[in-house]
Amino acid sequence: MNHEKHLTELRVMIARHRRWDRLFLVTGIIALMIAMLVFFALLIGMIIDGMPRLTSDFFTSFPSRRPEAAGILSAWVGTTLVMLVTAIAAVPLGISAGVYLEEYAPKNLLTEIIEINVTNLAGVPSIIYGLLALGLFVYQLGLGQSILAAGLTLALLILPVVIVATREAIRSIPVSIREGAYALGATKWQTVSDHILPYSSAGILTGVIIGLARAIGETAPIITIGALTFIAFLPASPVQGDFPFLSFEWLMAPFTVMPIQMFNWVSRPEEAFQLNAAAAGLVLVVMTLVMNGLAIYLRYNLRKKIKW
Amino acid sequence: MVINIMQATRPGHSTMSASKPVIDKCVVNKLNFFYGDLQALKSISMTVYDKQITALIGPSGCGKSTFLRCFNRMHDLYSGNRYDGEIILHPDNENILSRKVDPIEIRMRIGMVFQKPNPFPKSIFENVAYGLRIRGVNNRSILEEKVETALHNAALWAEVKDRLNDLAFNLSGGQQQRLCIARALATDPELLLFDEPTSALDPAATASIEELITDLKNKVTILIVTHNMQQAARVSDYTAYMYVGELIEFGVTDTLFIKPQHKQTEDYITGRFG
Repeated sequence: MNHEKHLTELRVMIARHRRWDRLFLVTGIIALMIAMLVFFALLIGMIIDGMPRLTSDFFTSFPSRRPEAAGILSAWVGTTLVMLVTAIAAVPLGISAGVYLEEYAPKNLLTEIIEINVTNLAGVPSIIYGLLALGLFVYQLGLGQSILAAGLTLALLILPVVIVATREAIRSIPVSIREGAYALGATKWQTVSDHILPYSSAGILTGVIIGLARAIGETAPIITIGALTFIAFLPASPVQGDFPFLSFEWLMAPFTVMPIQMFNWVSRPEEAFQLNAAAAGLVLVVMTLVMNGLAIYLRYNLRKKIKW
Repeated sequence: MVINIMQATRPGHSTMSASKPVIDKCVVNKLNFFYGDLQALKSISMTVYDKQITALIGPSGCGKSTFLRCFNRMHDLYSGNRYDGEIILHPDNENILSRKVDPIEIRMRIGMVFQKPNPFPKSIFENVAYGLRIRGVNNRSILEEKVETALHNAALWAEVKDRLNDLAFNLSGGQQQRLCIARALATDPELLLFDEPTSALDPAATASIEELITDLKNKVTILIVTHNMQQAARVSDYTAYMYVGELIEFGVTDTLFIKPQHKQTEDYITGRFG
């Protein structure tokens, strides 16, 4: 009798606890749905508006006053070239800084302050970088409103992301691997170049791509340094027909990028330009998703070999 | 506490070394070691004999691993560590702990095998070849020959000869540890340090590693840390018993286990504590 009573009490209590389980499940699903629905509404809206504009002409035409003839040629070429400069500048700098902080720097107050600052830099509003770049790259260094200036600006912007990703990837390598290399008589540099960098490459690469995916959509700093909103020509081709075959003239060329082209179209009163903006937005979203997908793919493939 | 270092004599009853004279390999003299302000080793003096197996035993936290890691200057990798005293490496009478001695040179001469198998995420071949590569050996046929010899010496050749290009991670725990031994042997070290090499392994793998260590003693001087007293008794010629940073007793293994000079040692080896 007493035993049955005890059992009933127990069941009532479990049922009460279960209610909280269900409540949180429902709350969680609702929260997720809000986030997903908003994203999909945006994406679907963009597809409906922009899809009809996504013809091959759209990619091979310069912007125009007539919306149906306008395209994103100068914008996507500009974005590609700016991203190229950004990657070339940010990757070696970011990785070197990350390796230095993790493997070489002594652990003292100064490096701790540097560490905190690097992490905080990732949170600085991007327009601040734009202002810095306007003063430093555009005027002081005389780079003008060029692809080079824009690429360097975005490189500054994603530098903290690359540094933090590098450090985290390095930190995930067990101490025993490092000690194994040192115990064989390896120097610091041999340990870094033969072990630390190869084993952390997946994490570093992921960080670089995520950084670039962020940079590709940045508008504020690019506007600040004075990118043009209407460009009807391409920069000089980097590959030339005659000696020395490579040209760096394009680095100093004026340019526009995808988000600025979108911004330009969105601010027009004509309805038809809004459709162009939606189409360009769709291209930009796809570019970002492809980059993130690439990051996931690389991480998966490079990590398959390494399990600590 | 009085530190009494038993003068180690030649093990007369040990069949393995009875015919050969025992030569000094490393002489430790009043070694103190500090992690920052914490003194982890207190005035340790003992001798590691050439081509002999010396075991370091003692309860957890007694400083035996700390002591072992002084021999290849592993503590230099981390800031705030300080050595005091000397470890003289023979035959060239060099103080391992001297500021003037390059730790890289020491680590090139003294190999180490760690507690947990730590192969690099590379192929079996590249793992063994790495020590040779950083010594500038890049000739394929020399590398192949040395890797094969090292794998033979580590009793692993038969198991891996057909898959030298496989990832080292695909080996079992015991095989990985033998791979790490091969990696250390490939560069012909003068002294090989073992830091509890079997603590992460099952009994069968442990037995094979112990057998290997015994076989290796003709080729190389061995210093082994173990938390397992039976292991020390089985494999070593000399044993040092440590307790909270001090060397309590050092002597021929058989003598130390049968007739310990100190009450503390006796309590530990009879299992009364530790």
